Amino acid sequence: MRRRALLQYGALGLGAGVATLFAGWWQVDGPDAPDVSNGRPLPLTAMDFAMTDHERQPVGPQTLIGRASLVFFGFTWCPQVCPTTLADISHWLDGLGTEADTLDVVLITVDPERDTVEAMAEYVGYFHPQIRGWTGSPAEIARAAEGFRVRYEKAPLEGGDYTMNHTSGVFLFDAAGALVSIIDYHEPREFALPKIRRALARSPSEAVSGTG
Amino acid sequence: MRLFGIAAFALALLTTAPPVLAGGEDVVIEDAWSRASIGTSRPGVAYMTLQNTGAEPAVVTGLRTNLAMMPMIHASTTDAQGVTRMSHMEEVKIAAGEAVALEPGGLHVMLMDLQHPMVEGESYALSVIFADGTEATIEVPILGIAARGPSD
Ligand SMILES: [Cu+2]
Repeated sequence: MRRRALLQYGALGLGAGVATLFAGWWQVDGPDAPDVSNGRPLPLTAMDFAMTDHERQPVGPQTLIGRASLVFFGFTWCPQVCPTTLADISHWLDGLGTEADTLDVVLITVDPERDTVEAMAEYVGYFHPQIRGWTGSPAEIARAAEGFRVRYEKAPLEGGDYTMNHTSGVFLFDAAGALVSIIDYHEPREFALPKIRRALARSPSEAVSGTG
Repeated sequence: MRLFGIAAFALALLTTAPPVLAGGEDVVIEDAWSRASIGTSRPGVAYMTLQNTGAEPAVVTGLRTNLAMMPMIHASTTDAQGVTRMSHMEEVKIAAGEAVALEPGGLHVMLMDLQHPMVEGESYALSVIFADGTEATIEVPILGIAARGPSD
């Protein structure tokens, strides 16, 4: 039996006349969440790893040089954070329209055991077509995670299954591979779009080829 | 969309009072929705709002559905390092007059061991079990895998 989680809900007012909502956001998890940028990713140019995208193309950090990019870590067995993040990103991309045509968007799995190339292809196919799925050997994923300063760990579920705890932020890089900002999980769309626009604006318009 | 919890009034009237807790008859469940699944190997998820209209706290102690062998309430939390993890909530208390939201990013129903795929456009019955023994059964609509909310 697992120890019962002790909860501390942040109460959120839900507008006039509506009862206070005890939302499932923790104080550390809600709008007042502390900045997680203390362990910021390295520039893409300082990273070194080799993976395969969901169309079986070899990819790595250099794939993302030349265009602005949005990179996040997750796993396709995740029912909650990852579809939410993917749905949000799809929504941002829809909101940006052609503005986002030159943005590379990549989900890197932290669960290579289950997230084969086929699993990634099937999964990302349900979201915005611009979203790419990268997987690779556990060693290469560990190298990538180190570069992005991402943490992940396997966590057992009751019934023998497992889930993955992982860093849930979305990293934005400019075309030169420098980190522009981090979009925290939960961040409202109106905060996310300007950050993406900033990453795109910092990109040289003469974007070189070599992107996915 | 408004999906209301079904009251188990008769039972509540027949039982004798002692530990006073609100139950299924006092909790209104609204805005329930699920995302479609890919097959059955990955867990499914459901979201909803539980509003306790009673004068006493209500405690959710379990869930039941034919869709999944192990439905349970999970909480997602993000620590100061930005790492998000899920934990099993053995019970969720809803104070009198308050509501608890199960929504993307926070509390959610995790549907483990799916018995069949969750198909967009279909729905399934989910019973919410309360500490006083009452249950509220709702019909949960299944939206697309990229849905972001109950009306998306
Ligand atoms: Cu969960």
